[in-house]
Amino acid sequence: MADIAEIEQLIRGAIPGSEVSVQDLAGGDHLYAHVRAPQFAGLPLIEQHRLVNGAVDHLLGPGRPIHALKIKTEAPQ
Amino acid sequence: MIITDQEIRQEILDSISQNRVMLFMKGTPEMPRCGFSMQTVACLKDAGAEFAAMDILPDPRIRQVLSEHSGWPTIPQLFIDGELVGGCDIVTEMYQSGELAQTLGLEEPAVEAEAPQPAGMESAPLTIENRL
Repeated sequence: MADIAEIEQLIRGAIPGSEVSVQDLAGGDHLYAHVRAPQFAGLPLIEQHRLVNGAVDHLLGPGRPIHALKIKTEAPQ
Repeated sequence: MIITDQEIRQEILDSISQNRVMLFMKGTPEMPRCGFSMQTVACLKDAGAEFAAMDILPDPRIRQVLSEHSGWPTIPQLFIDGELVGGCDIVTEMYQSGELAQTLGLEEPAVEAEAPQPAGMESAPLTIENRL
């Protein structure tokens, strides 16, 4: 079971100035993170997702609190 | 038969360098064993991509070595031209935006230019024999 508020905080900490919203999709360990950050402008999707994954890397994977993290990134318009 | 970590690494690196579109997944394209892998296969097939696939489930070290190599924590992982493109979310987003087909040179032709699809000509994805 993952702590949603903690995960949001971790992502905000890793990507300063980001707007982060994390939702539970199923069972408390399948999460959805929506992240909007100015740093994403012009960055390849893979690098955008790496920034988000990197913030919660230690919580992600088999036997850890997050089984799956669906990510949607965007830069502010 | 004992397989070393080094052999696993070599098999992974070879599969990435020898296949322009290489998918590491749970299960096979015909029988995915995870919803994320299933969705990624569906995107590739629908975009008309020819791809090779390796099942990471038979040995836990495959996933471990793969993630060490790619720096990407989850499965599936799609490589195009030797580079990690992403997992299920990214492939899905690229499929929806048309970027996937574009990257693979499969840009959808205009409707009037569309060639008729002969029955039975759909190319089956190549499943790499998994000797690991």
